[in-house]
Amino acid sequence: MKSDLFTIIKKEFARFFGDKRMVFTALMPGLLIYALYSFMGDGMSQMYEPDENYVYEINVVNMPQSLAFLEEVEEVNISKIQEADADAVKDAIREDEADILVVFPENFDAEMLAYDVMTATTPAPNVEIYYNSANTESSGAYSIMREVLNSFEQSIANKFDICQGEKEYDLATEEDISAMVISMMMPMLILMMLFSGCLSVSAESIAGEKERGTIATLLVTPMKRRDLALGKMISLSTFGLLSGLSSFIGIMLSLPNLMGGSGLENVKFGYSVADYAVLLLVIITTTLLIVGMISIISAYAKSVKEASTMASPLMIIVSLVGVTNMMSSGMPEELYWYLIPIYNSVQCISGVFSMDYQMLPVIITCVANTLYSGIFVVVLTKMFGSERIMYT
Amino acid sequence: MEQNVIVKATGLRKTFKLSKKQQNIQKTKDKVKVAVDGLDFEAYRGEIFGILGPNGAGKTTTLRMLSTLIKPDSGDAWIDGASVVSNPEEVRGKIGFLTSELKLEDFFTPNYLFNFFSELHGVAPEVRDARKKAMFERFGIDEFAEVKVANMSTGMKQKTSLVISLVHDPDIIIFDEPTNGLDVLTARVVTDFLQELKEQGKTILLSTHIFSLVEKLCDRVGIVMDGKMVLCDSVEKLTKDRDLEDVFFEICSEMEAK
Repeated sequence: MKSDLFTIIKKEFARFFGDKRMVFTALMPGLLIYALYSFMGDGMSQMYEPDENYVYEINVVNMPQSLAFLEEVEEVNISKIQEADADAVKDAIREDEADILVVFPENFDAEMLAYDVMTATTPAPNVEIYYNSANTESSGAYSIMREVLNSFEQSIANKFDICQGEKEYDLATEEDISAMVISMMMPMLILMMLFSGCLSVSAESIAGEKERGTIATLLVTPMKRRDLALGKMISLSTFGLLSGLSSFIGIMLSLPNLMGGSGLENVKFGYSVADYAVLLLVIITTTLLIVGMISIISAYAKSVKEASTMASPLMIIVSLVGVTNMMSSGMPEELYWYLIPIYNSVQCISGVFSMDYQMLPVIITCVANTLYSGIFVVVLTKMFGSERIMYT
Repeated sequence: MEQNVIVKATGLRKTFKLSKKQQNIQKTKDKVKVAVDGLDFEAYRGEIFGILGPNGAGKTTTLRMLSTLIKPDSGDAWIDGASVVSNPEEVRGKIGFLTSELKLEDFFTPNYLFNFFSELHGVAPEVRDARKKAMFERFGIDEFAEVKVANMSTGMKQKTSLVISLVHDPDIIIFDEPTNGLDVLTARVVTDFLQELKEQGKTILLSTHIFSLVEKLCDRVGIVMDGKMVLCDSVEKLTKDRDLEDVFFEICSEMEAK
């Protein structure tokens, strides 16, 4: 009966939305991700950049004349020390009490100018920089000194330059760069979010009902097992989708922050409504598929705990498949690839995000996913009818 | 009483595979346990039929087969003409099955559950509301109608389960150990209610290991041991010159002698 299916869906919705704790658990990952990633983004940039007004203390032995300009730079404070004090300064660096120690050879300027890579018989003069990589300020001072010395070296022995000047050399648009980065990360993130969202609700609804003995009460009613299986899968997919969506929004909102930490400040999205529609379609069919897989595991398991344990290998497989797009360039052309569940979704999601996809593979993916979900409904129906599985 | 057969079981047999662990616990090398072994019996319309036997005799397995929760390995049973093997859905519509194994979801209220199960049984809303009112009043659930099952006392939960299993006003009621785990007051409410149902013309099948319950309630009784029906007769006839307990132990010693 159609109405039985509807009755089951209604009950599952009442169960889910009536329970504040359940709604909260399902939607919380999104909030958490936002809070966490925003914090991580900020934290990451702070970790590598000490206070803006920090003045690096640079201890120098045998300060060469050629680098005298450093003394004028505001961010650093040069202290000239004697070679005899070097060990004491090294200890201080080790103890986080000093930033760095730079030791130039005596007569550095003369040796450096006299050195010719073609005719030299001795090694080039060596500048030693002692620093502490576990200390942010020390690392910062080290990077500054390295950079200064490198550019100084290049300026005295310059043969040619690459990409010098203020011109834009990278011709990729900001959209392209954002799209590339996002398309790499998104499939796995989306799959993981969907999977964990679906797992918590499905395990509770199927393994939980079995564990508590409430599913048997349903099974003695004249309702068809198929209605129960389908009703549960439709409802659980909706909850899984909601939970996944909340995580997805969480990620999208925190992306600018997160990327701020890795240097991509101006993330821009150039996706059209059609792109989002395709994405949603792929995600919905993928959710059905994931709910189908987890439901079968949950129906087989004796308890919620067992269902979660049994689903974890599947989760690992799904997340591994989720990163396959990082190893390939673009969507595969042969259409049979899109019959492989999860892999097809990963390719489509990645394609949509990198703004480079065709409709046919997407359609094949969605049809295949729906078909597999249909098979899962049949299997679940059989399982609900199997006394060995339901009453063990 | 008119001999109108409403429940008929022929050659019901059910075996369970034993795992290694279960074999060790039961100290047996048999891989298969025969729970019910070719059970035949008939129950008549309007009577209370008791299945009496010790623990492990196969009573619960028999009732589970009759309520279509599990399928017999062989044999069949007909509930008001519907076969439990070939037409389980029709059977489920005709019976009310109650056992302590069937639980109600803690999260919902009796009111919600009554409506939900009525819907699954296809009960019209007007009929449902009238029935709900009567049943809730009868069992004192009306005050707890909007209290979640999780927050109810054990007795109230049992009463709610009983009411929920009868939302569709079935003609045949199958009751596994009706008074097990109930306090004396609730047990009394249940036995009184069974009498009432009988007066309404319902057929009741119950399993129990309590002699007094059979003597008090049942019209006829089938004694089951080791999965076989060893005796099936009217309680009146069996207890004419001695009580049921004596009959039972007589059969036990006869079986041991064999």
